[in-house]
Amino acid sequence: METFLRAITDGVLEGGVYGLMAVGLTLIFGVLDLINIAQGIMVILGAYLSYLLWTHLHIDVFVGLLITIPAMFILGVVIQYLFIRPLRGRERTSMSLLACYAVAIIIEGILYQAFGSNYLSMNTYWTSPQATVKVFGYYLPYIYLLGFALAVVFVVAIYFMLYRTQFGRSVRATMQDHTAARLVGIDVNRVAALTFGIGVGVTAAGGMVFGELNAFNPNTGYDLISRLLAIVILGGMGSIGGALGAAVLVITLASLVDVYWNPEWSTVVFYGALVLVLVFRPQGLFGRKEARAQ
Amino acid sequence: MTALLRTERVSKAYGGVQALNDCSIEVERGSIAGLIGPNGSGKTTLFNMITGYGRVDSGDVYLNEAKITSLTPDKVFALGIGRTFQLTRVFSRLTVMENMIVAAHRKERAGQTGRFRSPFARAGGAATRQRAKELLEFTGIAKLAGDRAETLSYGQRKLLELAYVLIADPEIILLDEPAGGVNPTLIGTIAERIRELNRQGTTFLIVEHNMEFVMGLCDRVTVLDYGNAVVSGPPAMIRNDRRVLDAYLGTAEDDDDSSAA
Amino acid sequence: MRSLTLWRGAGLAVLLAVVALVPLAGNIVLTQVGVLVLMYVGAAVAWNIFSGFTGYISLGAAVFFGVGVYTVALITKHLNLVGGAVFALYPLGGLAAAAVAVPFGLIALRVRRHTFVVVTIAVFFIFQLMAYNFSWTGGASGLIPPYLNWDQATVYNPFYYTALLIAVASAVLAWAIWGSRFGLQLRAIRDDEDRARGLGVRTMRVKLTAFVISGFITGMLGGLYFYFQSDALPQYAFNPFFDLTIALMAFLGGFGTLAGPIFGALLLEPYLGWAQQQVTNTYAAQIVLGALFLIVIIFLPRGILPTAAEKLTAFRAIRQRRAAGRATGPPPGLPVGAAAAGSSPEPTTRSAS
Repeated sequence: METFLRAITDGVLEGGVYGLMAVGLTLIFGVLDLINIAQGIMVILGAYLSYLLWTHLHIDVFVGLLITIPAMFILGVVIQYLFIRPLRGRERTSMSLLACYAVAIIIEGILYQAFGSNYLSMNTYWTSPQATVKVFGYYLPYIYLLGFALAVVFVVAIYFMLYRTQFGRSVRATMQDHTAARLVGIDVNRVAALTFGIGVGVTAAGGMVFGELNAFNPNTGYDLISRLLAIVILGGMGSIGGALGAAVLVITLASLVDVYWNPEWSTVVFYGALVLVLVFRPQGLFGRKEARAQ
Repeated sequence: MTALLRTERVSKAYGGVQALNDCSIEVERGSIAGLIGPNGSGKTTLFNMITGYGRVDSGDVYLNEAKITSLTPDKVFALGIGRTFQLTRVFSRLTVMENMIVAAHRKERAGQTGRFRSPFARAGGAATRQRAKELLEFTGIAKLAGDRAETLSYGQRKLLELAYVLIADPEIILLDEPAGGVNPTLIGTIAERIRELNRQGTTFLIVEHNMEFVMGLCDRVTVLDYGNAVVSGPPAMIRNDRRVLDAYLGTAEDDDDSSAA
Repeated sequence: MRSLTLWRGAGLAVLLAVVALVPLAGNIVLTQVGVLVLMYVGAAVAWNIFSGFTGYISLGAAVFFGVGVYTVALITKHLNLVGGAVFALYPLGGLAAAAVAVPFGLIALRVRRHTFVVVTIAVFFIFQLMAYNFSWTGGASGLIPPYLNWDQATVYNPFYYTALLIAVASAVLAWAIWGSRFGLQLRAIRDDEDRARGLGVRTMRVKLTAFVISGFITGMLGGLYFYFQSDALPQYAFNPFFDLTIALMAFLGGFGTLAGPIFGALLLEPYLGWAQQQVTNTYAAQIVLGALFLIVIIFLPRGILPTAAEKLTAFRAIRQRRAAGRATGPPPGLPVGAAAAGSSPEPTTRSAS
């Protein structure tokens, strides 16, 4: 029973963090009609940045977020401006996606050059044995709870931004119709750049937590993006709530598979679930029924 | 005389908006029928329901008294209903001739059952190309046959749409704003073509805002307002009907939206 | 026009002859690179047959490639084949890949284009994971082909000619498809799939067929790769860069065109192959690949060949106009009847009755 509870708790808490990263992905998709394949490696980049700040400057990883999040935000804006916005023509969406892929492998290459292929672990206070609390008869590291709390904070912030601010309104308008948004005076390009920045900025937070929870190297980006993509499709493209729900659901499921079966198979279970959902419900669990196969 | 095409109390809502509300119309075989109404009255939605681009919430559509409600667009097309779109839909990177060939695809296949067709056969048999050429000449764009559809002007695209809808020999053609955004000389040409085709037996149902066009061309005009068929009759009667003026001008407000004569 | 086709035909024949004679030069490194180049030509053409013609970007070609690699590897291992017999297995690699393409396509092609790309990526990862984790695929250490005790000086030649055969056959197939009814339907799907479906085109069937063809060719190339490279390792058989590379080649040469992928592969692979030899770690090469891709799609979005063709047409038009301007009369390009009246480009009312 304990193992079961533990698996569930770990899964839900970790799922929250994945949810945050998936929300970033969904946001970018909603506004720019673009699947940011680079999201996975961005998370890893966030992890590396947090690692650097800790090992070289001894800045606590949570405090370090004050640096890494703005930095990643700016990176996102720059990438969108340099590599996505100039793309024109009919194949625009496909080309944007491939551009993201290209950016991803460039970043991966740079990380390899800078850090090599060794797995890194962040040896911070949060990964030490004292930083735990006893729950359900086992020791739950604080980082799980804090990471989840962080995720909640950010998702709430995003919702707040979307539904209570002027900017958020322009974002929602742009998500619905670019042309109409332009007609009412919204600078769609600016909204796109800023949204991309936000989508990438949240990966700094996700990356920090991910780095605390897992050993990583540049190659980990692939596994991450596959999970994120699976989550976003399962949840339904463009549905923020769906991304969250699917994240928690799927990560919990993977956690159970991890514990009761075999860690190596949890990712396959992921995809199996994805494929099954696509066969019976192509719009995902929570997605709207879009016009098929455009 | 039974109607060739009719809808019976069709309703359709999009989110909170009731686009069609118990809408019943009839189109008689061999006629040119008009469908008018202010913006938002549900004309294009009705077309979509008839041709299968969307499902009705309630009500039915009948072709020759056979129910065709909720059939997919390709089946509706196969039954003999052709349709054009408000914003022309042509295959932009294909040439004009290739557009015609794609549209004739179904007819070609139907005529060749039983015979083995190599998948690598040249697109469009001789008969199809001949017919395509005739239709392109009929609509006056034959000299553009080798040009990519994206290079055509808006008016030329409308003619192309008309041509390739025709190549399948439909019984009835639904035209969505054939005169919209087109220069006056061309409008005259289009009207002539429609009359010519009608003489040869094709039935038409035309949605239009251009009153002159509709009144001059159609045998019978139906007026939609708020998704409901308000009145239906010959042009002369429609022109003077109070309900039509109300639909376009509104009852109490000073609405300058009128495009009625 | 006749002379142009003749020139083109002659040019192709010369190119083919040159390419066929390369191994006879005796330079083993050249031949080795040549095999890779030809493989990529085949792969890029195959990718284009599906993605270029239908417009559905697929990042799952590596799945077919890997399936081909492992199929041939497994059969070779279990039947203890050696030498030339392995070459007979390549079509089987293709068939295995085609068999995978059917369910793959049936699931993936039901969704819209965005989701489609993502699904292809997801399937790719599934296969890579399976290769790593199943014991019968040799896990992380993979499978090894039997030793080839052929004459070292010409050992690559059979691979070269097989690859050449596959590349040429694929190109011819692509050309045949282009002009056929099947090809027209594919291209119509790319332009407006719903309209095509509305006109009675069996879109699922058409897309799936192209997908399977593409998979078959790529699978065969995978089989070839196994013996050529002398291993079947998960990260190379199912290589994420493979997809990006062939997409880059197709875009570079001209996405959706016939000659584009061939040109792109011929241009790019020699460089990439060389770069891989030069840099001891592949990381710098990967950065360059990504950067190259970005440069190409931002500055040459239509690809080299179409952009060049456009410039040429524009150049010719300018020359024609200058020449005509010297003589009297209106510039060419306006409709005949309009020349006298100088009217708008709208078609004049031609009475067809």
